[in-house]
Amino acid sequence: MKRELTCIVCPVGCSLIADLENGKVVSVSGNSCQRGRDYAQTECVAPMRSVTTTMRCCGGEILPVKTDRPIPKNQVMDCMKIINQRVAHLPIAVGDVIIENVFGANIVATKNMGGLGNE
Amino acid sequence: MTDLVIIGGGPAGMSAALAAYDRGVRDILILERDDSLGGILKQCIHNGFGLHTFHEELTGPEYAWKYEKQIHEKQIAYKLNTMVLDITPDKVITATNETEGIFTIQAKAIILAMGCRERPRGALHIPGTRPSGIYSAGTAQRFVNLEGYMPGKDVVILGSGDIGLIMARRMTLEGAKVHAVCELMPYSGGLARNIEQCLNDFDIPLKLSHTVVEIHGKKRLEGVTIAEVDPKGEPIETTKEYIPCDTLLLSVGLIPENELTKQAGIQIDPVTGGARVNQDRQTSVPGIFACGNVLHVHDLVDFVSKEAEIAGIAAAAYLNGVPETKTEISIKTDGKIRYTVPEVITEKKDITVYFRVSGVYRNATVCVTSGKNVLLTKKKQKVSPGEMESVIIKKEMLEQIDELMFQLEVQS
Repeated sequence: MKRELTCIVCPVGCSLIADLENGKVVSVSGNSCQRGRDYAQTECVAPMRSVTTTMRCCGGEILPVKTDRPIPKNQVMDCMKIINQRVAHLPIAVGDVIIENVFGANIVATKNMGGLGNE
Repeated sequence: MTDLVIIGGGPAGMSAALAAYDRGVRDILILERDDSLGGILKQCIHNGFGLHTFHEELTGPEYAWKYEKQIHEKQIAYKLNTMVLDITPDKVITATNETEGIFTIQAKAIILAMGCRERPRGALHIPGTRPSGIYSAGTAQRFVNLEGYMPGKDVVILGSGDIGLIMARRMTLEGAKVHAVCELMPYSGGLARNIEQCLNDFDIPLKLSHTVVEIHGKKRLEGVTIAEVDPKGEPIETTKEYIPCDTLLLSVGLIPENELTKQAGIQIDPVTGGARVNQDRQTSVPGIFACGNVLHVHDLVDFVSKEAEIAGIAAAAYLNGVPETKTEISIKTDGKIRYTVPEVITEKKDITVYFRVSGVYRNATVCVTSGKNVLLTKKKQKVSPGEMESVIIKKEMLEQIDELMFQLEVQS
């Protein structure tokens, strides 16, 4: 079975074709880098996505955050729920872990906030 | 007197400032309208920035911080909450802020880095009422990502540029229902990856060759009527469909913000809406440079930073008194290629010329000629208006010519 995909790894957005046999990817074409091949293999078996969103801080500030690695695609909305239930405490620097281990990823800040410049 | 004044502290302004600093300019001042540096990147909390420049995938705020940190380290001066009101051709800048009132600065060189703004509803002539609930996609993005407010719950998006696609996902993640993204053209102006990860991931329909033909609701938006359009862009009566919604987001194009440029008497390229520049991003007024989205709208911030470096380096050279050359080679286009940047070449050296096409073409050949001489050809499997292209013009090609023609040959 062949499956057509659009690579989401970078802005080039290569059109990929993955060859599947018994639910396993046996070959990938159309990719222009190794990351594209990896993407096709994961996407056909267990799709993963990074999440970027915002989180409330104790003083009502809005902190941009992200998962530090992709999480299973079908858990993205649950991940959003967890982030939206929590409140972050300032000061915070870029890269600080705000919530640990949400579906295998840490939620990290993508901005300095509360006295470290860049506000 | 200030050596170099940069108007705008977004990605273009910061990158230009750092490039000029690295070439020895120390008396630099950045003027920024907003309350912090970073420009539009601050509200672009999604990732995908920096793959070209830093070889890693960053969010907008992270990308901005990489530059802002260097601005602090190098102690480059900037004024926030400061609005520039006027620039004269002899480089007198009038600006205002809360603490200093109205003040003027005489600059030796200026870099314009004011960015762009969104095309508003008024530019679209959509019939119907004028209720609340209609936002440009970038305004909605600011509300959600910086202010922490949701503009609505049931959303239709007109326009499939990247901001529209990104907002479709963002609104969905925060609990809204995005009913459709309508695109007037038969193709999307956004990146393929964004159609995949922002629409397909959430089963949001992309309706190509569709537009909004009527807006309903008195106080608050109650719904929109959409319709398919024929190849001339005219709505087809029988395809009209009513979608109840409380929010309409418009992602229908960006316009370089060039009021100051015009006040300074700088020549504008009517196609880009930005200044007409040479290979160093110098405008028609010597010593005034332009870069980033104020010059022409870019798809990737990485290209903005790169272009701003060119302007920063050139401004440093101008301040050091590097003599001007007398060459003037203008670049013309055939319409299939909409525009090039630069528009004019004034120095014979290797130059990367960026350009954008007017439609989606397959198996196309980019052809650069001068009179009857073909100087360069480049085959492209596919070109589209959403993706900026480039070719490198070698120094040797520029000998004894006074005009370059950029054409796109398409096999029918």
